[in-house]
Amino acid sequence: MSSISLQSRLPKTYRIKAITQETEMVRTYTFDGSLGAKPGQFLMLWLPGVDEKPFSVAFDDGSETKITFFAVGPMSEALAQSKVGDLVGLRGPFGTSYEWEAGDHIVLVAGGYGAAPMFFVASEAVKHGCTLEAIVGARGKEHLLYLKELESLQHVSLHVSTDDGSVGHKGYNTEVLDQLLEASADPDAKDPPIDRVFACGPEMMLKSVLTVSEKHKVPCQLSLERYMKCGFGICGNCVMDPTGMRLCIEGPVVSGDVCAKLTEFGKYHRDDIGKKHEF
Amino acid sequence: MNLSQTVLGITFENPTVLASGILGITSSTWKDVAKKGAGGITTKSLWAKEHKGHPNPTIIETDHWMLNAVGLPDAGPAKANEEIADFMKDHPVPLIANIVAGLIDDYAKTAEGIVPLKPDAFEVNISCPNVEDEFGKPFACSAPDAAKVTAAVKKVIGDIPMFVKLSPNVDHIGEIAKACLAEGADGFTVINTVGPGMAIDLRSRMPILANKVGGLSGPAIKPIAVKCIADVYAATDGKCPIIGTGGVYTGEDALEMILAGATLIGIGSAVSRHGAEVFAEVCEGMQYWCTNEGIDDISSMVGGMHKELASRNA
Repeated sequence: MSSISLQSRLPKTYRIKAITQETEMVRTYTFDGSLGAKPGQFLMLWLPGVDEKPFSVAFDDGSETKITFFAVGPMSEALAQSKVGDLVGLRGPFGTSYEWEAGDHIVLVAGGYGAAPMFFVASEAVKHGCTLEAIVGARGKEHLLYLKELESLQHVSLHVSTDDGSVGHKGYNTEVLDQLLEASADPDAKDPPIDRVFACGPEMMLKSVLTVSEKHKVPCQLSLERYMKCGFGICGNCVMDPTGMRLCIEGPVVSGDVCAKLTEFGKYHRDDIGKKHEF
Repeated sequence: MNLSQTVLGITFENPTVLASGILGITSSTWKDVAKKGAGGITTKSLWAKEHKGHPNPTIIETDHWMLNAVGLPDAGPAKANEEIADFMKDHPVPLIANIVAGLIDDYAKTAEGIVPLKPDAFEVNISCPNVEDEFGKPFACSAPDAAKVTAAVKKVIGDIPMFVKLSPNVDHIGEIAKACLAEGADGFTVINTVGPGMAIDLRSRMPILANKVGGLSGPAIKPIAVKCIADVYAATDGKCPIIGTGGVYTGEDALEMILAGATLIGIGSAVSRHGAEVFAEVCEGMQYWCTNEGIDDISSMVGGMHKELASRNA
C-alpha cells in the first residue's frame, strides 16, 4: 500500500529556487521544499491558472525537490516560461518507488528524461552499499541527460548509447543491457552477478527491457506512465487492463512480473476522456 | 445475517454500490471492484457523444472533505459499448448505467444508445454541480425540469428500472422526487455532491480547482445526505428504493443511511482512503453491528427511523 498518511492531496505552493537548462528542450527546476519523495515516486505539479500534471521526482533530499522535464505540451511549455521565484503547487508524493536490498548490483536503464529518476535511484542506492551500472540512452549526444551527475557518484559505472552513434554504443540502451546481463551470467565474470534491473523511459523501451530481463531471468522494475488526474486512486483514469490496477497507487514503478500480465502494456493507453490510443 | 437486497427485481448480494464517477471508466476496474466486494457497480456518467472534462486540478482532498470538478469526461458510445459489453459477459454483480446530457432532450439519446447493452438499471445524472458554466443550473434544481428529463428517459428505456440522482442543493428535495416519481422514476440516488464549494491557495491567491468550484463529498457531507434520504423517503411514502450516497466510510455510516430510508448504499470518496476494499469493510461493519443487535436481515432496517418516529407518535 502507498504511504497515504504522508501524502499531500491538496497542492501547497512552493517557489522555484533554481532552473538548470539541461539540453535545448529539457530543464531541471528546484523547489524550496520537500515532499519526502522516494526514487520512482511522482508528484502532481500545478501551475495556477494553467493545468496540473504528473512529474517524476528527479531528486528530493528532505529539504528541496527537483523535477526534470521536456516541454512537450501546453502545460510543460507554460512551465518552461516560469522564472526563479515563481510559484508552483506541488502535491504528493504518490505511488510506488524502486525497491532494492543493501549491497545489490543493479542495472539502471534510462531513456530520454528517464535519466532524472534513475539518478535519484543511484544517489540513494549507493548509500546502501549498492553497485550500479547506469545505461543512459538518447537519440543523439545532445539529448543525453545526467551523465555528469551519474559519473560523479562512487560505485556507479556509466554506459552510454545513442541511436545515431554520436557517442557511446550506436543503437538502443537495451542492447547494452543485453550485453551486461550476458556478461554477468558468465561464471568467470569479475563483478558480482546482477540482482535487478530498473528502467524509466518510453514504454516501447520498457517492453524491450522486460523481454531482455526475462531472457536472462533477472527481475526488473519498470516505471510506467498513464494519464493521471487525482493521483491517489479515486478517479480511475490511470487504470490498466485487464486487472483494473490503478497505476497511481500500484505504480508507477511496477515489477516486470506484473507488467507481463498487463495486456495493454506496450500496446495502448487511455487519454483524459478514457479513449484508447495505440503506442 | 442476510445483507442481500432485492431492489426493483434486481438482486444485490450486499447493499454497497460503487458510486458514479469513482473508478468507473473501464470494465476491468468494475470487475476488480466487484471482486473486492461491491454489491453493484455504477458507471461513470455516459454521454451520447465524446465529452471533455475540466483541466486539472480536478480532485483535491483533506481529512474532512473532497472537492471535485472532473467535469464528466467520457469517450462516448463506442467506448461505452466496448466496456459495458465486456462487463456484461461475466456480469459478476448488477451494473447501473449512469447517463447524462447537457439538454433535456438529449438524455433520451444517451439512454437509447445504452438500452441495447441491457444494463440492470439506469441512473440519470441531473445533479452534477460542476458543469454549470457549460450547461447552467442542474435540472435537479427545478421540479419541472427534473420531471421532463425523467419522462424523456422513461420513454426509451422500457422495462429497465431508473434511478434519478438528486441534488442536495435545493430547498425541498422531496418535491423534486415527487415530480420525478409522477413521470415514471422507479427510485432515487440521494445525494450527488454538495455545493459547489471552493478552495483557495493562499500564496498564489488562486482557486485550486481549474474549474474554480467543485462538488463537495467525503465525511463532511454525511449528515446532509442522511437528511436528504429521510426527506425523499418521507415524500415518496417509503415506496421508492433509494441508493443512499454521501460520506459513507463505515458499516455504521451505511446503517444510518438505511435507517433514514436507503435500500442500497453508494460508496465513492471513501475509495481514496480505503481502496476498493472499502466495500467489504463496510459490509463487515454492518454484519458485526447487526449480529450484535440480533438483526438477521438488513431489509428490516430500511426506513427504521421513520417507523420509530411513527410508533412514538402513535
